[in-house]
Amino acid sequence: MKPMKTAIAALCALAATGAFADKKATDTTPEEDLKTYRDYFFKRFPGVPLQEYANGVYAIDKTSRDSWEAIEEFPPYEPMVEEGETMWNTPFANGKTYGSCFNDDPAQRKNYPYWDDQRKMVVTLPLAINECREKNGEKPLKYAKGPITRLLAYMAYESRGQKINVKIPNKDALAAYNNGKSIYWARRGQLNFSCGSCHVQSAGQHIRADILSPALGQATGWPVYRSKWGELGTFHRRFKGCMKQMRAKPYKPQSEEFRNLEYFLTYMSNGIEYNGPSSRK
Amino acid sequence: MRNTARHATIALSLAALFSAASLMPQVASAAGANMAAKGKEIAWNRKKGNCLACHVMAGGNLPGDIGPPLVAMKARFPDRKKLFDQIYDATKNNPSTRMPPFGKHKILSNADIEAIIDYLYTL
Ligand code: HEC
Ligand code: HEC
Repeated sequence: MKPMKTAIAALCALAATGAFADKKATDTTPEEDLKTYRDYFFKRFPGVPLQEYANGVYAIDKTSRDSWEAIEEFPPYEPMVEEGETMWNTPFANGKTYGSCFNDDPAQRKNYPYWDDQRKMVVTLPLAINECREKNGEKPLKYAKGPITRLLAYMAYESRGQKINVKIPNKDALAAYNNGKSIYWARRGQLNFSCGSCHVQSAGQHIRADILSPALGQATGWPVYRSKWGELGTFHRRFKGCMKQMRAKPYKPQSEEFRNLEYFLTYMSNGIEYNGPSSRK
Repeated sequence: MRNTARHATIALSLAALFSAASLMPQVASAAGANMAAKGKEIAWNRKKGNCLACHVMAGGNLPGDIGPPLVAMKARFPDRKKLFDQIYDATKNNPSTRMPPFGKHKILSNADIEAIIDYLYTL
């Protein structure tokens, strides 16, 4: 009886994860991936509508959701959104503002990340912010935390409700997507985890007392105010933290690897609304 | 704070094990109980086994549920080697396992794993 059950459980696990974990990145198209991931999560969390995934772990855990909703009544990031608005409106030394790089519209979330075909690279919003600064003779900002998160918080706030719509326009863009996908599934570090070990294969399960959020929707809420950080952090700050948890050497925020990872992970959330900034445990 | 509390708990349970070993004649060898106590410490230590991240183990606070509960180990794993292999490199049994290959990746030494098995046999 027992061995039989174990064998079936093992088979199910393989069938469920084989669709992603055991394949080469180039085996499936982005459209196929989108469908496979969705079907997988919809089956795993019946009754959770697509848009709910924007709320991370709170989409699937009632207990922590209640205290999170109480926090969001008086969001800890509110003053930081205001600081960001001040940054947006304050001219650089040359008299120009961020608006000069962003069509005078802070609601830019939906335009990033995108494939820049001239430069053959994925451009993220934080990268575009620093390119704007450098073009106007200002020093670039640090990418993980600090002032850049204020500006990102304001721009995200102004963009709330925009739908994620990442496009993969050609072969070169597809190569960047596939690179992001293989980074997502590569086992690394002393603990031999991949990102997918936790956020796909174990989504909804407890790692000690923490419940693991599903990969679907993870791109929507940035920057995030984490009580553990006591402040705002960027998407790539979280990538770095998770890689350290894997006891792996993390890539740098805004490295090509992390930008490609963001490209892949954000594409997976296509159709979900941006709702940053947000708060997390 | 939490760390201190946990260390205190471990120290207490160690003390309990030691005193049990010395008081109870039916324990085959104090050395065996010693090993089990050491194995428990390694298994529960977050920097070492951290088995509670994924497994229920009797007495462990806020365990995870990524792996099955580690109960009735002696009855379920009479073959010591099978346990050793599962802890040394779980990918052998299941290539897409989420359990870290503790021996192969040098997270634990063979002696650590042996001590953990002594502890598992008390569960
Ligand atoms: C050992 C388990 C583990 C691995 C491996 C892991 N993470 Fe995480 N991750 C967590 C935990 C725990 C949290 C906090 C709870 C949650 O939101 O899932 C988290 C949170 C996150 C979040 C924030 C989600 C939110 O809604 O705020 C992102 C994004 C994320 N991880 C991405 C990654 C990426 C990318 C990788 C691989 C580079 C990765 N994780 C690998 C455990 C892991
Ligand atoms: C990150 C998750 C994780 C950690 C940490 C972990 N395991 Fe596991 N373990 C699993 C999973 C998942 C399984 C299910 C079988 C498989 O996939 O290998 C498992 C299976 C087992 C089994 C077989 C149990 C059975 O009933 O078939 C044993 C024994 C075991 N683990 C012992 C340990 C010990 C001892 C430690 C700590 C030194 C540990 N595990 C740490 C995830 C983990």
